[in-house]
Amino acid sequence: METLLNDFSPGLFIVQVILLLALIFLMVKFAWKPILNSLNEREAGIQDALAAAEKAKADMQNLQADNDRMLKEARAEREAMLKEAREIKDKMIADSKEQAKAEGDKMIKQAQATIESEKKAAVADIKSQVAELSVSIAEKVLKEELSAKDKQLQLVEKMLGDIKLN
Amino acid sequence: MKDVSKVIKKLVLFLAIGSSLQGFAVSEGQKEGTVSSKEDVDAYILHHIKDAHDFHLFSYTNSEGERKHVGFPLPVILWSSNGLVTFMSSEFHHDDNGEVVVEKNGSKFVKLHSKIYELEEGATSLSLDEDHHAANAHKVLDFSITKSVFGILLVGLFMLWAFSSLAKQYKSKSVPTGFGRVLEPLVIYVRDEIARPNIGEKKYRKFTGYLLTVFFFIWILNLLGLTPFGFNVTGQLAVTAALAIFTLFIYTFSGNKDYWMHMLWMPGVPVLIRPVLAIIELAGAFIIKPFSLLVRLFANISAGHIVVMSLIAIMFTLKETLTVGGATALSFVLSFFITLIEVLVAFLQAYIFTMLSALFIGMAVAEHEHEHEHDAEGHVVPDAEDVRGDFI
Repeated sequence: METLLNDFSPGLFIVQVILLLALIFLMVKFAWKPILNSLNEREAGIQDALAAAEKAKADMQNLQADNDRMLKEARAEREAMLKEAREIKDKMIADSKEQAKAEGDKMIKQAQATIESEKKAAVADIKSQVAELSVSIAEKVLKEELSAKDKQLQLVEKMLGDIKLN
Repeated sequence: MKDVSKVIKKLVLFLAIGSSLQGFAVSEGQKEGTVSSKEDVDAYILHHIKDAHDFHLFSYTNSEGERKHVGFPLPVILWSSNGLVTFMSSEFHHDDNGEVVVEKNGSKFVKLHSKIYELEEGATSLSLDEDHHAANAHKVLDFSITKSVFGILLVGLFMLWAFSSLAKQYKSKSVPTGFGRVLEPLVIYVRDEIARPNIGEKKYRKFTGYLLTVFFFIWILNLLGLTPFGFNVTGQLAVTAALAIFTLFIYTFSGNKDYWMHMLWMPGVPVLIRPVLAIIELAGAFIIKPFSLLVRLFANISAGHIVVMSLIAIMFTLKETLTVGGATALSFVLSFFITLIEVLVAFLQAYIFTMLSALFIGMAVAEHEHEHEHDAEGHVVPDAEDVRGDFI
């Protein structure tokens, strides 16, 4: 202990106190303050940059989601339009088919009616012609019969037989 | 990171080899007046860990048998009974036994065991009593630029240069290059591992400048002590005492109301015990804390120097039993490894001094009676960071 106290140099102590004070003052002024300020600034900058990056990422995600949603909507809309168009087309085809069929039926019916009436007219015509022919034939027969009685009968007989055949 | 570890490895090797060279410098020329016996070794080591008035690198004996010393003198500044006296230490002619008398301003000075004494009125030479103390001389206030002061100035200038150039780098770029890249993580380390956790987020900034200065000051001086230049600045009681007293002043003058309240009139204990506690707390704050700081650093660094030098001295003390080669090899290996440990101790002591300073400051500025945070159900949330007590 005595050696320790003997070794303690008050002069060195005073010099050290003065030098340390000066050193602390100078270091704080010229080194620590600017260094710590810059470090803090840099750290704050990094923090800000990270936050900004995070925000940009979130924005990006929102944008992506929006895009996806819009794309989906557009796709659905297209799908709906296509479906509608197809329905309209089908309906139009069906309608026209029906109309055509009705028209056709109508025409066929008209044609049939015409044919029927033509046929009736033709039959009537034939009938009248047959009657005329029968009358003329009868006229001729009568004329012949007036000439020869046997022959008249014979003809009537034959004619009757022909009519039967008819 | 790789570069940094490379640099550190090189530094460690350099220091270790350097200290071994110191051994060779000591062992050179063992003739008259040199270190050769066990007593010489003890005296040499004791002389080395003391402060010196000149910068002595090594000594040798030339061909004429004359003892030569290599180094340079440093200025001696004394406050004697006749006022301020200055002269160069070379006027003592490397005498350390009080034999050379220097007369200046009407006062006579002698140097005995690295201390300068002023002879009493009328005395012409120093006489010693039985305990080898000066009988007819008294000590003077010695403001000399001793080897320690020289070392302090050197380290101070180095720190100013290194860290102000780091500070300048930030003006042009946000990430430093070169040597600054090594310094920056150290600064961040002290701030984030020492100042911030011990003092607290709110108040650490005010004290970081002091802690950084002290940390690098002690660390660099510790490392400088491991070089063959033989500085033993942080092993000087006066230096560690000054450092400890700075810390004492800082935590005493920045102590808040809670701090003084807890020291002088401890709340929460019976009134009768409070004065007793106050005495213990006062002793702790003003004597034990600074004393532990100053003695820890002084003792660790001095012990380190003594161990390294003793191991180097194996070279001559075990010369007879192990032959010159064996003793040298043993000394080299042992001092090499102990120097590696000393490199760690150099950092560790700087860290411990700074950490404890931060801790003491943190205890002085800590807020005790603040509102505790409450969670959603109204329970008190314990403070996240109050483990300071665990370290003491």
